[in-house]
Amino acid sequence: MIRDRESRGRLALAGAAVSLLAAALGMVFWYAPREAVMGEVQRLFYFHVSSAWVAMLSFVVAAVSGGLYLARREPTWDLVGISAVEIGVVFGLIAIGSGSIWARPVWNTWWTWDPRLVTTSVMELVYAAYLLLRQGLEEPEQRARFGAVYAIAGVLTVPMTFLSIRLLRSIHPVLIGSGESGTLGGFAMTPRMLETFLVSLLAFTVLYGALLVYRVHLAVRGRGLEERRSALFMD
Amino acid sequence: MAETSAGGLFRCTWAVVRKDLAAEWRSRELLGAMLVFALLVILVFNFTLQLDLPTRAAATPGVLWVTFAFAGTLGLNRSWAVERERGAWEGLLLAPVDRSAIYLGKTLGSLIFMGILEALVLPIYSALYNINLFQPGLLIVVLLGSVSYISLGTLLAALAIQTRARDVLLPILLFPVVLPVLISAVNASSGFLAAAPMDQIWPWLNLLVACDIIFPTAGSLLFEYVVE
Repeated sequence: MIRDRESRGRLALAGAAVSLLAAALGMVFWYAPREAVMGEVQRLFYFHVSSAWVAMLSFVVAAVSGGLYLARREPTWDLVGISAVEIGVVFGLIAIGSGSIWARPVWNTWWTWDPRLVTTSVMELVYAAYLLLRQGLEEPEQRARFGAVYAIAGVLTVPMTFLSIRLLRSIHPVLIGSGESGTLGGFAMTPRMLETFLVSLLAFTVLYGALLVYRVHLAVRGRGLEERRSALFMD
Repeated sequence: MAETSAGGLFRCTWAVVRKDLAAEWRSRELLGAMLVFALLVILVFNFTLQLDLPTRAAATPGVLWVTFAFAGTLGLNRSWAVERERGAWEGLLLAPVDRSAIYLGKTLGSLIFMGILEALVLPIYSALYNINLFQPGLLIVVLLGSVSYISLGTLLAALAIQTRARDVLLPILLFPVVLPVLISAVNASSGFLAAAPMDQIWPWLNLLVACDIIFPTAGSLLFEYVVE
């Protein structure tokens, strides 16, 4: 219902996300140039990196809201945490999937054990473990507390995983896949590509914001419903 | 009045360790299970990997650390399960001690058990595969790696044991976040076994030391939120 300021704000955010996404999509296909070596498949890059960015941003958001929950014990922070994790899992899968599709024609393999891919998979596994942890708990307060602790543990260790694998790659030569383990495919960005990339990044970030806001709203309503239901059954 | 002085913390930690050691000494269930499990893992690796001699030497650090990681989860789960089974959980939490003393005590106890396991597995592995694993460098790596693994594991085991899935959840929670420790430990071990130059090994040792500082600290800070 478009009644109060909050609903209108959410809708405006959603509208912004949709328009930016449409603009980004247009730019990806019609404004950005065709990459010399890789061809059309390179166009995956814009949304692939943006998805990965959102997944990692969400990871940090989950940890920060976990910390805020532990400090303040306001249930809303926990709801932000679970929303961030849910959205993050999906964007992580999009990033991994689109990356695989891009890698196949360019690197001639679906997968390679380079630092970024491994770290993203580990992050996804931490996300999955978080969801399993919450699933196994009945008390909402326990769920919130344990989720917060695990999200914090995750955000501390995942960067360390990245560092350790990067160290591994710098010492040992890469045996399969592209010789350059750092950049994806390694191409130089022309100004048009950069502009398209920045617009995509912005579009995905605004999309993330909109999804997060709606998901948290849904979670808040869900919790209100549960409270009313349990109050009913108490009598 | 809660014991918050340093001496008090140390006394409480040591009391928890003594309790766990005494309980284990009487039954010796845990160490027996961990040892047998570790040997079975080594056996399974031997038959499933079917490595030739040089490759096997290269795979030793990996096999060792996977063995320690899996057997370690047994110890970690048991460490908390024992408290819940015998109702000691409530007693432990009602005691007027700083919660981090409980965490440190449990971590130290599990570390001692892991150390005993490693002290048994290393000579057996050395004998089975004719590799000398008693090099000072390797032993240091085993110690450093175990400290990080156990400190993170104790925190997450306390989480897991309170869920419906209990023990099953610990490997799922622990393995993604303990990866930097495993990667560093395997590579440092590998370096020492291959007698690689020290400047190749130092980065891994530095990472391990960093983990050894971060994980126990984070563990003691976060533990009180786990056992409210």
